[in-house]
Amino acid sequence: MSILISIFLITGVLFFAIAVIGILRMPDFYTRLHAASKCDTLGLMLILVAVILYTLQVLSIDNVLTSLKLVAILVFVFVASPTAAHALTESALINRIKPWTREDKKR
Amino acid sequence: MMHTVIVSSSIVLLVLILITLFRVVIGPSVLDRILGGNVIGTIATVLLLLIGILYGNLAMFVDIALAYALLNFIATICAAKFFLRSKTVNLNHKD
Repeated sequence: MSILISIFLITGVLFFAIAVIGILRMPDFYTRLHAASKCDTLGLMLILVAVILYTLQVLSIDNVLTSLKLVAILVFVFVASPTAAHALTESALINRIKPWTREDKKR
Repeated sequence: MMHTVIVSSSIVLLVLILITLFRVVIGPSVLDRILGGNVIGTIATVLLLLIGILYGNLAMFVDIALAYALLNFIATICAAKFFLRSKTVNLNHKD
């Protein structure tokens, strides 16, 4: 059980690291948003699964209630994070931020 | 072993917050800064849960993390809608 929790935790931190490297290194706003929204959601979900497994090691009514709240956070972020990314993309498109093209690479 | 893994994950997440803060400072447009703030909020939600495990009082910190996730979402949506039609996004290209 402890090894399973550690695997989930380390994988989640790895996905957060990928998201942050993408935010730092990508050339364009849209690609940065692409890297951030996906890897961010997956990393948070993996770490939340690890915390749920850690909570349910001792089975009592309090721990079950806490893990239900954690499931609520998971479901909420699963819905809300793509919504926020979509709103940011809409704002960027209406403000005419140019996408990165191959000509930008030569400059 | 479990304690060591949780503490080291928390330290790595803290370093990742610092790296994301760099993008928030240098971001070319306002939307980059909003995106950086969103990612920092998500990492902080996770960090609150790990701190709750380390303190042995997870039942209290779960509520704080839930409120933090809700506030993070509301802040991102409001900022994106505020900059929807304003021309002050500080465009990078000449136009």
